[in-house]
Amino acid sequence: MTDPILDVRNVSKSFGALKASDNISLTLVPGEIHALIGPNGAGKSTLIKQIAGGLKADSGEVWFDGEEITHKTTVARARLGLGRTFQVSSLAMDYTVAQNVVLGALGHRGKIGLKGFFRPAMKDKALLEVAHDALAQVGLEEFANTITSELSHGQRRQLEVAVALTLSPKVFLMDEPMAGLGAEGSQRLTGFLDQLRHKAPILLVEHDMDAVFSLADRISVLVYGEIVATGTVDEIRSNPIVRSAYLGEEDEV
Amino acid sequence: MRKETILNACVLLGLLAVPLWALSVDEPFIITLATKAVIFAIAGVGLNFALGLGGLVSLGHAAFFGIGGYTMGILASHAQNYAPLMEWPLVIEGTKSMPVIWLFAVLFSSLAALVIGALSLRTSGVYFIMITLAFGQMLFFFMISWPAYGGEDGLVIYVRNGFPGLNTLDPIQFFGICFAILCIVLFLVSRMARSSFGLALSGARQNEERMQAVGMVPYRLYLIAFTISGAITGLSGALFADLNRFVSPTMFSWQTSGEIMIFIILGGTGRLFGPVVGAAVFILLEHMLGGLSEFWHVYLGAILLGVVLFARGGLIHLVAGREVAHD
Repeated sequence: MTDPILDVRNVSKSFGALKASDNISLTLVPGEIHALIGPNGAGKSTLIKQIAGGLKADSGEVWFDGEEITHKTTVARARLGLGRTFQVSSLAMDYTVAQNVVLGALGHRGKIGLKGFFRPAMKDKALLEVAHDALAQVGLEEFANTITSELSHGQRRQLEVAVALTLSPKVFLMDEPMAGLGAEGSQRLTGFLDQLRHKAPILLVEHDMDAVFSLADRISVLVYGEIVATGTVDEIRSNPIVRSAYLGEEDEV
Repeated sequence: MRKETILNACVLLGLLAVPLWALSVDEPFIITLATKAVIFAIAGVGLNFALGLGGLVSLGHAAFFGIGGYTMGILASHAQNYAPLMEWPLVIEGTKSMPVIWLFAVLFSSLAALVIGALSLRTSGVYFIMITLAFGQMLFFFMISWPAYGGEDGLVIYVRNGFPGLNTLDPIQFFGICFAILCIVLFLVSRMARSSFGLALSGARQNEERMQAVGMVPYRLYLIAFTISGAITGLSGALFADLNRFVSPTMFSWQTSGEIMIFIILGGTGRLFGPVVGAAVFILLEHMLGGLSEFWHVYLGAILLGVVLFARGGLIHLVAGREVAHD
């Protein structure tokens, strides 16, 4: 196997008596989709925050692209190339769709400079090109001039992905990108992510099992803050611990 | 053309027409009122840059207004007394030249805004309002107790400062200077609002988490905005001092901060011309209602309540409707 680009080493995080992350180790190698599944409250979002920034691990290390990022700020991690989509859409709601992606392109440019104080951002050809390219990839270009707050829930999810694309990240961290998309939408996104993995590997937190089983190269199962199994789709499907701890529960419901 | 653009043009033309009319019927007092409205508008445009675009509710902008005013007062008082500001190690004289005074007013107020902003922006929300208020009050009481420049009584400048080629004592010419500055400030602010910086700043106001995820630091954006905002308000303070040929600690009072904010709320938060409309209406009300009663603020309060309750976006929103997304 190639060297991992993202390497989480023995990360633990507690909130009082609750162990949200219990000695978690996982890796992400180039070209793969590594899905992280687990029941609600298993600590998936907590783990994502420790990787993307926003929450500091109590112990353990997070390595990204050969660099330790455990103590770096969210902004520094984003600049290094961690592209994140949020579980609950986090966008500039008063802006148009185009403005949101241009913000991403601007962030990727990394500096505003003196010219950036006087030149209209929405007439900057370089920024617009990146923005429209990203919108086209997710299929939102016809909504470029729509105000973001008027988008449907599913379109907002697509926009999240588009903004992440403008950053040309080295790794995508996607927290439930399929949530609320509907059957057709999630099928489309599944096809898209399938291609996207060749640009940059994806750490995918997802509840949609159809998507996970069709996309993932590897799956890690998180239960009560602990990774109980990591393996290929078939290994996870047949793993007895996983069946009882997670998939089994799902079947009963 | 957009409705708002037409409205903005009408506001500017109206602001220009009133003093010209006053000139023709020989009413210099009205020219002075219009000048005051223009100067207040500049102060409001300054605050609106931080408040409207960046969402930074500062209740301490009187600090920058006052620093601008005292920059004028101190430089001009030294010049009129022929006493240098300092003699060692190098001689620094006062000045009666407006452009030089403006330069220093902008310099000092932006420096103050940089320092106050750097500290205040570590907080947000109500704490930010309180800390900026506290800084404003600190400077207010400092100016009251600093005897060198008049203390509580303030400083009187006998002759208005000069501008090359103009007779600044002529009300209409001084109005022209202030009006030109307002136009320049409005032009620069509208450019900045649409620029990459403006896009990022307003983005941070809407969603800090999003800005961090694309690799931008909201704190830095806010600090730059706050500094620019303070500089503009400081410039208006210098003009205000020249209008009155008098500076006093009142310029630093929290009531001044409140008034600047009232311009914005009346006119429309975040709208380019919001504070211009607000300041003009404020002066109009002060003039008309002030004639009715000493306690005209009661009526102002009622009007403000009406705007906040029934016309949230201010007067501009009432006339031109919702802000159209910039293209």
